[in-house]
Formats: sequence, structure tokens, C-alpha cells
Amino acid sequence: MMKKYTKTHEWVEVIEESRARMGISDHAQDQLGDIVYLDLPEVGSEFKKGEVLTTIESVKSAEDIYAPISGKVTAVNEDLSDHPELINQDAEGKGWIAEMEMVDPSEMDDLLTEEEYKKFVEEEG
Amino acid sequence: MGKRTPLYGEHLRLKARMVDFAGWDMPIQYSSIIEETRTVRSGVGLFDVSHMGEIYIEGPDAVGFVNYIITNDFQSVKFGDAVYSPMCKEDGGIIDDLISYKISKDKALLVVNASNKDKDYEWVRKQSENFDVDVIDRSDELALLALQGPKAEELLQKLANVKLGEIGFYQFTEGRVRGIKAQISRTGYTGEDGFEIMVEAEAAVPLWRSLLEYGSEFEIKPAGLGARDLLRLEASYLLYGNDMDESANPIEAGISWAVKFNKGDFVGREALLKVKEEKPKRKLVGMILEGRNIARHGYKIFKEGEEVGFITSGGYSPTLEKSIALGYVNKPYNKRETELEIQIRNKMVKAEVVKLPFYRGSVKSKK
Repeated sequence: MMKKYTKTHEWVEVIEESRARMGISDHAQDQLGDIVYLDLPEVGSEFKKGEVLTTIESVKSAEDIYAPISGKVTAVNEDLSDHPELINQDAEGKGWIAEMEMVDPSEMDDLLTEEEYKKFVEEEG
Repeated sequence: MGKRTPLYGEHLRLKARMVDFAGWDMPIQYSSIIEETRTVRSGVGLFDVSHMGEIYIEGPDAVGFVNYIITNDFQSVKFGDAVYSPMCKEDGGIIDDLISYKISKDKALLVVNASNKDKDYEWVRKQSENFDVDVIDRSDELALLALQGPKAEELLQKLANVKLGEIGFYQFTEGRVRGIKAQISRTGYTGEDGFEIMVEAEAAVPLWRSLLEYGSEFEIKPAGLGARDLLRLEASYLLYGNDMDESANPIEAGISWAVKFNKGDFVGREALLKVKEEKPKRKLVGMILEGRNIARHGYKIFKEGEEVGFITSGGYSPTLEKSIALGYVNKPYNKRETELEIQIRNKMVKAEVVKLPFYRGSVKSKK
């Protein structure tokens, strides 16, 4: 399955033809520290790539999370309502945030591969 | 590069995440802020608070002088007692809040906030012109460690040569910890029982390591500024720069218990007496929010669409598992059980005014 990253530290993985799952990177959760809350987006709502998908409250700060691709939300990870710490424990697995029906799968091409993202994080310091 | 405490290398060795705090490179967390908070509530945690300032007042007028510059009563307490107090300007605005240690008739120690140390030193020196005292800043020569939590006494007793049971809340003594000369006081900023241990800067590393080593059987953890902030918020201790500053007075900030009008003259007395008589227009209150959104410093507070105050501190309380906040609220909306709304980004979140403290830990009450 194709998994890509953004420079704003989200990940997105194509799980079916035009359906993708997304969340924040393990690096991002580490930087945020203990996550205590997030406003889950509404199922059915539409986002353009780069729009604020949700805001995550960590002990330290509130950070906007951006839609890595354009599309319509088809599912959200309800487990996060009671257990936002799942993001800290498994950001790129059980801590997924939303699934979207992609409008334009070619948007994936512009995102970073895992290798490119790792390099980007290192350079960002 | 910021200033570094003598324990900077220890923090790096423990892989702490370092942040700038008032010009200092300080550890915000070692593992997780929530875990460190829970460790202090249930066991024992160790904090480096060496960034705090230590200003000594020495000379025949030491006691009378300190009594004059702080609002709490320093005259009638005993030697070996420490006093929490605001220090105010003539207009009643708070310059800093600090702990004053009454060492002897000609010696006192003021432990002040790192962010205010230089300002405090200048202010205190200026006030001292008509008193026979020297004002000496020893902040760079001293390190301060805070050992906090219900298991702090049991651990420290293994290493200290003084009977800790004889040190009451807000009392202190000179002693040795593993042979290291120290001032040991039963004080803290967490709401838990515990001690603050002041040593010469060069003794900080051996003391820190000893406490962690002997603390392993108590499952001690080093704790950073993040946990310190949550702990003090749960215990409803004010943070200078957040909950109060020079534009606030101790009466509206809810620390009027530390203003003693009958102790003799002090800086700000007249202004504060007037505030007390006229009653403040706003009060610092505690609020519990609906849901887990966090109210952060500066967020606006509303009552039925009208802006009635602002948040000064807020956070997620791991102990209560609720979102809690402090803020100034105009009268009469400061009353308990008042329903308020806090603007968090683009939405209004309900909050209720509650009794403080949010949480009462193992901290001893005054003898």
C-alpha cells in the first residue's frame, strides 16, 4: 500500500482504490507530547488539501492538523474520543484520525515518501 | 544558547526535552508530562529548580526589612520558618511572589522566580536604602532541587542527617544529605508533601544522582517543568507571569491570606487597604470545562455573550481527568457554580466556576 507524508507531519495511506487513511506522524506525536484531546472531523465533511482537518490538544499546545489530500471524510477513529493517547502510543497505526474518499489520487504524487520524510525531519532538526 | 543550571548535563544524559524558560535551558519532560505528574502524586519525583533566584538579605535590619518589602508577616514568625508572600509595588501591583526564609536575626533568604530575579534584585536593593542591610544575589552559586511526593520524606530520610519529622510545613533547617551541606525545607510547588534542597552549585550533580539512585526503590522519576506546571495548577498555586503580574493585586488574585495589614508598614499597604475596602472588581477563579478542550492563557471568558474575563492558566488535569483553568472573572460572575463560556478558537466551551484548590494532595497543613 502506498504511504506518503507531508511537510506538516501528517501521513496518508491509500487503503483502497480511492480511499485513504490518515493521521499524524510518529515524529509529530513525539514533538507534541501527551495528547489529551482532539476535535474529530465530521463524517461527510469535505476538505481541500492543506485545510485544517482537526486541532490536537497536547499538554503543551494546540496544533492544527491539515488534510494531506482533498476529499470527503468517510470515517473517523471514534476510539480517539476516549483515548486520544492512542496517537502517542501508535500514531501511524491505531492512532489514525480519519479516512477520506480522495478527489484526485494524483495529489499523492506531490507528497513525500517515507525516506524523503525522514530526511526532511532530520534537516528540520 | 540559554543559561544552564549545574544539572544541564544530567538532563541531557536522561534524554530530557529541553526548552527555553525565562532565558534558561530547562527540561520540560523526561518521559511524559502526564506520567511524571502521576509519579509525583503517587510516589516521588525530582525536579531541578536551580534556575530560581536566591537573594540574601544580611545585616542588623534583615528581618524588619523583609517584613517591609513583602505583604505577609515576616516579623512574628520564628527563625527556621519560611513564608510565602507576594512582593508589591506602592500601587499594590505584584512584582513577584516568593518564599522568604528567616535564618537568623541578621540573615534572611528570598527565593524568587527565575523570570523576575534581576528585576527583584534591583527593586529590593532600591528599597533597602534606608535599612542597614546588604542585598546579595547568590543565584549563580547555588542549586535548588525539589523532591516532591508522598514518598519524598521516606526517601530523603535515608540520606539526610536531620530528623525530617521535626521539620514542619514551611519550616527549614541546615543539614547534610549524603554528607553534602544543604538547606532542607518542607516546601514545594506541587500540592504534595516534599522538600526543597538547596546546595552549593558544585554539589548539585552528586546530590541529584544520589536521590535518583536511592529513589529507585520508590520508583522515583525525574520530572520536568511540564509536570511542575500541571501539578501547581491542580493544587491552584499561582504562576507569576500567567496568573498575576504587576497589573494584578494579591486581593483579586486570591492570595489575600498572604497580606497582613496589622503587621506594621509595608510597601503597597495603603493601596491594598483601599482595594480591600472598595472590594476588587474581578477575582481569580477556578473553572472546570466541559469536555477536554484546553483553555489557554489569554482565552476570553463570556457570560451570555458578554465578555466577563480571561483565562490565565489552563490544562488537562491527569489527576481529575478533567480540563481545568484559572482566570480573572468580573463580579458577580466569580461565584461558585456560575456557568461561563470560554472561547476556544472558533467555538464556545462551557465551564463552571468551582472551589479551589482543584486538588488537595499530601501537602501538610501549617503547624
